[in-house]
Amino acid sequence: MIERRRGLTVFSHAVLWCGLAVVVLPVYLAFVASTHPLDAVLTAPIPVLPGDMFWENYTAVLTGDVANFGSAPVVLMLANSLVMALGIAVGKIAISVISAYAIVYFKFPLRTLFFWLIFVTLMLPVEVRIIPTFEVAANLALLNTYQGLILPLIASATATFLFRQFFLTIPDQMLEAARIDGAGPIRFFIDIVLPLSRTNIAALFVILFIYGWNQYLWPLLVTTDQDMGTIVVGISNLIQVAEAEPRWPYVMATTILALIPPVVVIVLMQRQFVRGLVEQEK
Amino acid sequence: MGAIGIRDVRKSFGRTQVIHGVDLDVADGEFIVVVGPSGCGKSTLLRMVAGLEEITEGEIAIAGRSVNKLEPKERGIAMVFQNYALYPHMSVYANMAYGLKIARKPKDEIDRRVREAARILAIEDYLERRPGQLSGGQRQRVAMGRAIVRDPSVFLFDEPLSNLDAKLRVQMRLEIKQLQRRLGTTSLYVTHDQVEAMTLADRLVVMNAGVAEQIDTPLEVYQRPATRFVAGFIGSPAMNFLDARIAEGGDLRLPELEDPLARHPGASNHAGRAVSLGVRPEHLRPPENGEAPGFQLSVDLVETLGADTLAHGRIDDTRHELTARLPGTHKVAEGERVPLTVDASALHLFDAQSGQRIAG
Ligand SMILES: Nc1ncnc2c1ncn2[C@@H]1O[C@H](COP(=O)(O)OP(=O)(O)OP(=O)(O)O)[C@@H](O)[C@H]1O
Ligand SMILES: [Mg+2]
Repeated sequence: MIERRRGLTVFSHAVLWCGLAVVVLPVYLAFVASTHPLDAVLTAPIPVLPGDMFWENYTAVLTGDVANFGSAPVVLMLANSLVMALGIAVGKIAISVISAYAIVYFKFPLRTLFFWLIFVTLMLPVEVRIIPTFEVAANLALLNTYQGLILPLIASATATFLFRQFFLTIPDQMLEAARIDGAGPIRFFIDIVLPLSRTNIAALFVILFIYGWNQYLWPLLVTTDQDMGTIVVGISNLIQVAEAEPRWPYVMATTILALIPPVVVIVLMQRQFVRGLVEQEK
Repeated sequence: MGAIGIRDVRKSFGRTQVIHGVDLDVADGEFIVVVGPSGCGKSTLLRMVAGLEEITEGEIAIAGRSVNKLEPKERGIAMVFQNYALYPHMSVYANMAYGLKIARKPKDEIDRRVREAARILAIEDYLERRPGQLSGGQRQRVAMGRAIVRDPSVFLFDEPLSNLDAKLRVQMRLEIKQLQRRLGTTSLYVTHDQVEAMTLADRLVVMNAGVAEQIDTPLEVYQRPATRFVAGFIGSPAMNFLDARIAEGGDLRLPELEDPLARHPGASNHAGRAVSLGVRPEHLRPPENGEAPGFQLSVDLVETLGADTLAHGRIDDTRHELTARLPGTHKVAEGERVPLTVDASALHLFDAQSGQRIAG
């Protein structure tokens, strides 16, 4: 917007602040709850200012060193989630960027058929094919392994499709110039296509990392061993403790900890793709 | 070192043939310009020389060696594209060095060659910039630099100046010409701009619909166009064509007029033939004192260009339209009848059917 009317500015700021409040308030309350003892959280009115149990609660949660805690240490679950989310993000990007490259730059028999085959899998997310996928994973002895957590979620049409659309916008002359310069297909891919896709890769990485981080159903099925549990599954386990009140401060502390890696990824990658956008050619 | 031989080269895309047998011999160091209307196959011909397009039939040789089966990088060519095709994520230096880097040249040699090319093109100050931070003219230079550092035996240009504004185009045209003289590299240059074609070429190839209609020096193409197409394509404003008939003794007659329009000595042994009579606007002139006018031009429209005045009109109120280019000092008004004449030596005769040159 180029318009600079004062009323408009005030109004849009007001809207932004309201939106921010709606999003931030629950996170803030979770944080507050994570710094109080259990009985303070359970008695009305609920506290609105941070308490003094920050260190105690967070250390307890991180080390899993609490009686009746009933779960693996959060550090371990965070690590599991990190491995899974990174594996999914990196794996998906690697596979889709390569297959999109093949589909756009190489002529091979049934090329369009392959593209549509990949495209059709868009309609089959994990939830739809979960039983056969589970059976395959079980037969391949992938239960309770990182491979089991990651591989079934990697095959992805969305990213392939996005990269294909992007490659189609790279002018043909770029390829021709590279051929005259003597670059073969692999050099062209590494020296030209990948750097040009940097912005897309950064954006996709953020999206896919969060997608992987937030997976619930599949990790729940494929891991039975507590040491392989992921953080999202872990949080829900914390709530569903048998015959006792959930220990809310611990639950909230875990939740806050689970928020940190995705936020870090967004902040780091944001710088990447903003730089990409700024340097983009006209 | 860089002679090119193109022998009966044909090209089909699927079932449509777009190049119908082109023969061309380019001497080492020669500057050849391929010119023609849009879609005539200029780029396709160039791209076959570059190796970016397969040759359907015929043979292309560079430096005496058939290159039909060779990859672009093995042909000893460098190409400058219309949209420059610079790598946007690399610095100017890296853009120019890329080919040499792939060829595994030693670092110091790469550096020497890139800096030398940058010096020649006066782009030393931009070596660290990205293409996106350069103006159109500067990008154009970088594209040329990338071609020069490869030290090729042939330069290929595909409309390299058409994205520049008019003034810059004139300047870059001169620079390309000087550069080519200085390096002495055989060049094949595609354009549809006839001023570029005339000024740059040692020899012109005028293409039409996949056929090379004439291959000759610019002056020869202008003075003795081989076909009606070439005559109409080269020259601005375009040559006038009149449907005429050759009468006894080489008189050229328009059917509507009693008096012959002119007499052409070379036409006398083609009496009775229907021809297309070509006259360039700049060869029409007011008769000198005492000279009988050839005809009267009923002027419909006048365009004043300053140095020249273009008078569009019809001959003696017939349907035959004609454009004359008169000196700017010559006052002409619309609706006026202007006496004009033309020297027989400036007439071109083309067969009415085939369009081939007959005489003159
Ligand atoms: N890859 C292709 N597939 C099918 N037809 C093509 C292809 N490339 C070019 N053609 C056709 O070949 C003909 C010649 O094209 P070319 O690009 O050589 O023309 P040109 O003389 O360079 O025209 P312009 O001045 O517009 O660049 C055109 O009719 C075009 O439609
Ligand atoms: Mg072209």
